[in-house]
Amino acid sequence: MSEADQTGEVLIEIEGLTKRFGTFTAVDNVSFTVRRGEVVGFLGPNGAGKSTTMRMLSGFMIPTAGSARVLGHDVQTDGVAARRVLGFLPEGAPTYGEMSVSGFLRFCARIRGYGGTELHERVAYAIGLTRLEGVRLQTVETLSKGFKRRVGLAQALLHDPPVLVLDEPTDGLDPNQKHEVRELIKQMRPQKAIIISTHILEEVDAVCTRAIVISAGKVVVDATPAALSEMHPSHKLDDVFRQLTLGEAA
Amino acid sequence: MRNILIIARRELSAYFATPVATVFIVIFLVLQGTLTFNLGNYFDRGQADLNPFFNFLPWVFLLLVPAITMRLWAEERRLGTIELLLTLPISLSQAVIGKFLAAWAFCAIALILTFPIILTVRYLGDPDMGVIWSGYIGALLIAGAFLSVGSATSALTRNQVIAFVLGVAVCFVFAAASYPLVTDFLNRNTPVMAEVARRFAIVDRYQDFTRGLISLRDLVFFTTFIGFWLFLTTVLVDQRKAD
Repeated sequence: MSEADQTGEVLIEIEGLTKRFGTFTAVDNVSFTVRRGEVVGFLGPNGAGKSTTMRMLSGFMIPTAGSARVLGHDVQTDGVAARRVLGFLPEGAPTYGEMSVSGFLRFCARIRGYGGTELHERVAYAIGLTRLEGVRLQTVETLSKGFKRRVGLAQALLHDPPVLVLDEPTDGLDPNQKHEVRELIKQMRPQKAIIISTHILEEVDAVCTRAIVISAGKVVVDATPAALSEMHPSHKLDDVFRQLTLGEAA
Repeated sequence: MRNILIIARRELSAYFATPVATVFIVIFLVLQGTLTFNLGNYFDRGQADLNPFFNFLPWVFLLLVPAITMRLWAEERRLGTIELLLTLPISLSQAVIGKFLAAWAFCAIALILTFPIILTVRYLGDPDMGVIWSGYIGALLIAGAFLSVGSATSALTRNQVIAFVLGVAVCFVFAAASYPLVTDFLNRNTPVMAEVARRFAIVDRYQDFTRGLISLRDLVFFTTFIGFWLFLTTVLVDQRKAD
C-alpha cells in the first residue's frame, strides 16, 4: 500500500455487514474501510456475496445486521445524503431501455439536482468520459451490451461523486473498451474511493491498490495485489484465488 | 416535490415511448363511445346529459386502469432498473408518488380526449355543465382510486399479468360493494359486513359526483383511500425491492 493510501480520509466504512436470506447467510460479518485514493478490487466466485455487499453499501438492500457509511452518512438512516455522494453501477448495469442515452442521463442529472446549463455540462461530461458521443440520441435498448454498460457507468460518474461502487464495470466490454475503463478508473483514483467487483483477476493487477477476497460471504483476504500473489508459490493470482476460495492448494 | 415531478415526467414519457399509450387510449375511447351510444341508448333517452357515459365509466376503468399500473413496479423489478431508481438520491415515497401521478396524468389525458361527447351533448341540447364537470372530477377520483390499488398490486409481484389480474380483482371488490345484488346479500347474511361494504362503496361515492354533488366527505374518502394504497405500495416495494 502506498503512502497516500494510508493517509487519505476514510470515505467508506463497512461494519459487521450481514445479510441472511432465511437460513442462508449470503454476507457474513463483513467489515472494511476504504480511503480516498484507494481502488479496492472486490473478488470472489459467483454467489460469494459481492453483489449483495454492494447492494447493502448502496442502501438498496437492507442489511440483517451491521451498517455501512459513505462520507459519514449511514446508508440506511441517512440514505438520501449517502446516495448523493455515491456513484453506483448496479449488477448488469440496468437502464431504462425506451429512453435515449442523453434523455436517460438528463433524467439522472435532474434527479441529482442539476438544471439549466449545468445539467447540459454534466451530461456532456459523462458522455465524454464514457465515449458515448456517437450514440447520444439512440435509445438504450438498441445498443450493444458494451454500450449499455457504458451508459450505466456514465450515470454513475455524472455527478463526479467522491465514492464509486461499480459492480462488474468491465463485464461484456471488448478488450479495447476494458482498457479504456481501466484507464478511466486509474485517472480518477487520486480523488475518489472506488470499489469494483470483478472476477477478472488481471483487472486487480491493472487498476487496484488493494484486493479483498470474499468467499461464502466472509472476507478471507484483505491485502495489496502484490501481497496477494505472494500467497501461492506460483505467484499467480489465479492460483491464489483458487486456493482461497476452494480451500485447497491448487 | 421537484423529485416527484421529475419521476412523474419520466414515467409519463415512458407510456408514450411505447405503443401502450396509443392502444390504451384508443380502446378506452372506443369502449366508452360504444357503451354510451349503443348500450346506453344515448339518443333514445332524449336527455341532454352524460349519465350513460358516466355510468359505464367505472367498469371500463376497472378493466383498463390496472393495465396502466401493472408495469409500474413489476417491470422495474423484472428489469432490475429498480436498483438504479432507488439508489438515486430520492426517497422511496417520492418514487411511489411520482409514478402514481404519472399514471394519473395519463388517465386524465384519456379523459380529456372524451371531449367530443361534451360537444355532442351541447350541440343536441342544453346540459347542466356543472353536473358534467363534477362528473369528470368524480371520474378522475375513481381512476385515482383504482390506480392506487393497481400500484400496490404491481409492487407485490414481478409478473405483470399477476399484477393486472390482482388489480382487477381488488378493484372489483370495491366497485361491487355499491351494487344492490351484493349489499342485499350481505344484509341478509352478515349485516356487519354490509355496513363495511357501504363505507367502502366506491361507485356510490363516485355517483354523488355524477349527480353534481361534491361533498367534503367523498373528497376525504378518496384522498384517504388513495393515500392508504400508496402507503401500502411503499411498504411492499421496500420489503420486496431486493428479492
